[in-house]
Amino acid sequence: SALAGPFGLGRPATEAEIEAWDVSVHPDGSGLPEGSGDVMTGEEVFSERCAVCHGEFAEGVGNWPKLAGGDGTLADKDPVKTVGSYWPYLSTTWDYVHRSMPFGAAQTLTPDEVYAIVAYILYSNDLVDDDFVLTRDDFLSVEMPNAGGFIVDDRDAMEVPMFTYEPCMTDCKPEVEITMRAAVLDVTPEDAAEEA
Amino acid sequence: MSETDKPSRRAFLKGAAVAGTGAAFGGPVLAAGEGDPLITEVQPWASGLGAGVDATPYGLPIQFESDVVRRNVPWLTADPISSINFTPIHALDGTITPQGAAFERHHSGAIELRKEDYRLMVNGMVGTPLVFTYADLERFPRESHVYFCECAANTGMEWAGAQLNGAQFTHGMIHNMEYVGVPLRTLLEEAGYDTNAKWVYVEGADASSNGRSIPMDKALDDVLVAFKANGEALRMEHGYPVRLVVPGWEGNMWVKWLRRIEVTDAPMESREETSKYTDTLADGTSRKWTWVMDAKSVVTSPSPQSPIAHGPGPLVITGLAWSGRGAITRVDVTTDGGKTWQAARLAAPGASKALTRFYLDTDWDGQEMLLQSRAMDETGYVQPTKAQLRAVRGENSVYHNNCIQTWWIKPNGEAENVEIS
Repeated sequence: SALAGPFGLGRPATEAEIEAWDVSVHPDGSGLPEGSGDVMTGEEVFSERCAVCHGEFAEGVGNWPKLAGGDGTLADKDPVKTVGSYWPYLSTTWDYVHRSMPFGAAQTLTPDEVYAIVAYILYSNDLVDDDFVLTRDDFLSVEMPNAGGFIVDDRDAMEVPMFTYEPCMTDCKPEVEITMRAAVLDVTPEDAAEEA
Repeated sequence: MSETDKPSRRAFLKGAAVAGTGAAFGGPVLAAGEGDPLITEVQPWASGLGAGVDATPYGLPIQFESDVVRRNVPWLTADPISSINFTPIHALDGTITPQGAAFERHHSGAIELRKEDYRLMVNGMVGTPLVFTYADLERFPRESHVYFCECAANTGMEWAGAQLNGAQFTHGMIHNMEYVGVPLRTLLEEAGYDTNAKWVYVEGADASSNGRSIPMDKALDDVLVAFKANGEALRMEHGYPVRLVVPGWEGNMWVKWLRRIEVTDAPMESREETSKYTDTLADGTSRKWTWVMDAKSVVTSPSPQSPIAHGPGPLVITGLAWSGRGAITRVDVTTDGGKTWQAARLAAPGASKALTRFYLDTDWDGQEMLLQSRAMDETGYVQPTKAQLRAVRGENSVYHNNCIQTWWIKPNGEAENVEIS
């Protein structure tokens, strides 16, 4: 084989093959194709392709994901985590919609449609005005509110020292009380046999 | 049901009448001189014929084990396609999970991908971007290892309190298999990866793609591109024909139906590592890249789905322990809610990043118990209580809940998922 690898297995990938499968978009916007889309076009496409699950205003239907709202709720008892309130990078929205949405008919949106849908999601989150046009070149101009909201796993510093010790074996505590019971909630499915 | 499937009706009635309820497997209580009809009467299976060797080319468990199955909880997700089900760990023993009952987690369903249609691409920062067929993969030198795959969300519903009543539901997003495959390192070397590259991005062939970024150090260490599990091909729902095995790390990264490996200089920050699989703390900031699964354990029996049916006397308390940081070295068990602990017996020495079975052979006095297990791994890390975890993280982490589980065993042998002070 002409290949560099020690086993000479596989064959070189062609450019067309790489282009077909490597569609990922990086946080710096690299990987984005040419194209653009505005909020108004996005509203139409969203209404047709997305709203049945995600709602006309991206607010979510039933148990389906909310894409908009929840601003400022991340420290609440029940945070609402959406593109606007939570997602750190716009690249992820473009990439995920383009590659994996609509649910059940993925990879059927053109780049322009994806730009338009992403513009509409931004508008639904009050992050852009209704005349906003999203293009490849101005992609990084949109500020994501929670871009600074993430820290790299710090368990090694925060938890491992705290949880590394010789544990107590006897006389560890004087009293024990039951403080919560799953049977009170009663949300566990019945036995398989009882369901049948 | 054929005659060989059940004991004679007469034997059953005699047994039930004498022993009453709650002693289904205990056998009848017999007066002196009498005999158990299951012994004194010739049973059909001791006289007639069983099934032929041609009856079942690939067998399923016997019908009496029909409760040892995957279960789902419909209210957890919007639909059953991007959803989860649970391994029946309350009914299993040992450490190897039967593939047919091993949990599933899909984001766009379990896809059917023939070996003939399978392609794996390695591209990005490599000397030669390559395409492999399935047959190509089987020609590389192989390795075999046993590892646990635990969903990052295992026990996640329990953050805010005791919710689901059974070890299957609270701890069953896990399986443990013997994998055979090719080290990811081998494929990266075959393509001539750029040694300055810091990351690989891996994605599946399904519509969700499940793309994740893995640091190069891990990719070169112990990650496997696996095509066999527990001796045979992967099940469709577990990634047939090829999945990634990422020892010790959260199950989401074990990309199924693996189709592409991209060598990069930066993480992709894909949906599955930004919107999902990030852990929100009490102050609203969130941890990202919480890859490793910490030391954890659970008593699988007795437990809510596996109550004590035999009354006081000898009782086997058993469960599972595991750690993504290495081997389990010790499991302690308490029956009084943590006032006193005793070391359980490990069925075999702990293996790195694999399930470990423990036993505590006890004599139950019939009184209520508050049963817990506490794992320790080879790094000295001790499995924390839920209160300890909440003190650091709050209640909205969603993922990585490795807290100590409590079962309240009642005098009648029933068990309930509870929290205690």
